[in-house]
Amino acid sequence: MSEVSFTFDGEAMHAETGQTIAAALMAHGIVSWRTTRFGGRPRGILCGIGACYDCLLTLNGEPNVRACVTRVEPGDDVRHQDGVGR
Amino acid sequence: MRPDLVPRPDVVIVGAGIVGACCAWSCARAGLAVTVVDRGPVSGGTTGAGEGNILVSDKEPGPELDLALASRAAWAALGDEIGGPCELDAKGGLVVAARQETLDHLVDFAAAQGASGVITEIVAADDLPEHEPHISRDLAGGVYYPQDMQVQPMLAAAHLLDAARRQYGARVMTNVEVLGIDRDAEGSVTGVRTSQGVINTRYVVNAAGTWGGEIAALAGVHVPILPRRGFILVTEPLPPLIRHKVYAADYVANVASDSADLETSAVVEGTHSGTVLIGASRERVGFDRTLDWSVVQRLAAQAIEVFPVLAGVSLLRTYGGFRPYCPDHLPVIGSDPRAPGLLHACGHEGAGIGLAAATGDLIAESIVGDPTTIDLAPFSPARFEVAHV
Repeated sequence: MSEVSFTFDGEAMHAETGQTIAAALMAHGIVSWRTTRFGGRPRGILCGIGACYDCLLTLNGEPNVRACVTRVEPGDDVRHQDGVGR
Repeated sequence: MRPDLVPRPDVVIVGAGIVGACCAWSCARAGLAVTVVDRGPVSGGTTGAGEGNILVSDKEPGPELDLALASRAAWAALGDEIGGPCELDAKGGLVVAARQETLDHLVDFAAAQGASGVITEIVAADDLPEHEPHISRDLAGGVYYPQDMQVQPMLAAAHLLDAARRQYGARVMTNVEVLGIDRDAEGSVTGVRTSQGVINTRYVVNAAGTWGGEIAALAGVHVPILPRRGFILVTEPLPPLIRHKVYAADYVANVASDSADLETSAVVEGTHSGTVLIGASRERVGFDRTLDWSVVQRLAAQAIEVFPVLAGVSLLRTYGGFRPYCPDHLPVIGSDPRAPGLLHACGHEGAGIGLAAATGDLIAESIVGDPTTIDLAPFSPARFEVAHV
């Protein structure tokens, strides 16, 4: 199984090739990577199939990327997102 | 349902969309025993497929504008009465023109509206950013309409029905389909037959929106309502970027058009949750719900022309629905002389949310026997009598 490297909030991490960002983060024990717009409450995976938009994070500077349907690419700069992310 | 389980209501309202909800609220408040039935859920039809417009800006002088002004005032009062949060917001509307010729027409249009009681303020191109900081700098100018409002229509319908139920004992029966409307030898309404049994009543209000023609047919009368499809795009949540309801002046011409072909014009507004709604398309294609990608592209491109900042924004989803379209673009409101006891409150096309509050009041006044606050002649279902004997 080949691996790809990426960073989460600047910290070096590895994912299996083809793994989603959500799966890779959860494999590292990270289950929350967003806070809500109004209440500032933690969010991670809910539906896991791209429908609910709960697992949003900021990928390479672009906010509101769904972690559950986005594969890790080598060198990705993944960051947690607060609120609307911009 | 056994008949003795349903106390005989004074009025059965068919449709739990915003118009049915406003009719229920106004009738219940007027002292009538109200039962609302809908074959689906609350706001399951066109109410759940729109933007929540309460507009006076897009109406030309005439009976619909008079109704819109009355309804705008009624909405402002409802906002205090309902109690529940329904995101009612007197945000104002800004209509913009890309070209000088369009602006000239818009300014003339606004002057005529002003004579009918609409508050208008002409905005020079240089002053547009004061109203909307992110608006395109390539516009000729616009007109600001401070009376335009927005509401979250699904919340409003739900809260109105709930308030009618709790404060006045109205009944709301969802997932109950009306299968027939019974009439006596004189032709007067005696009750409705539903999927759960008969409800005897003297008055039936047809608030079935785009499906109002089907309900009318159950009573043996013709009301020509056709679906006019529209799609809306929903962006990702954004920080507050857009303050008002902002739309291109072409929108007014599209609304009034009789064309069956696809027409689009930019209609852009922010919502409380941060998403931006982008409309508006109109086409007459029956009840076909298939998403048309070219419509999405056109709507997005037109919105970016008005707000270039949207070019870098992602869409979350789209939704669509069917406006209840009458050939003469006027709603059908009031008693049907062809079927005593039957009243219509449908056919509001794309203005149903805005016109709902006054429509409810007019229906209650009609049933109670009060003189109506607005002349109902232009909206009378009797206007269809001649063409369809």
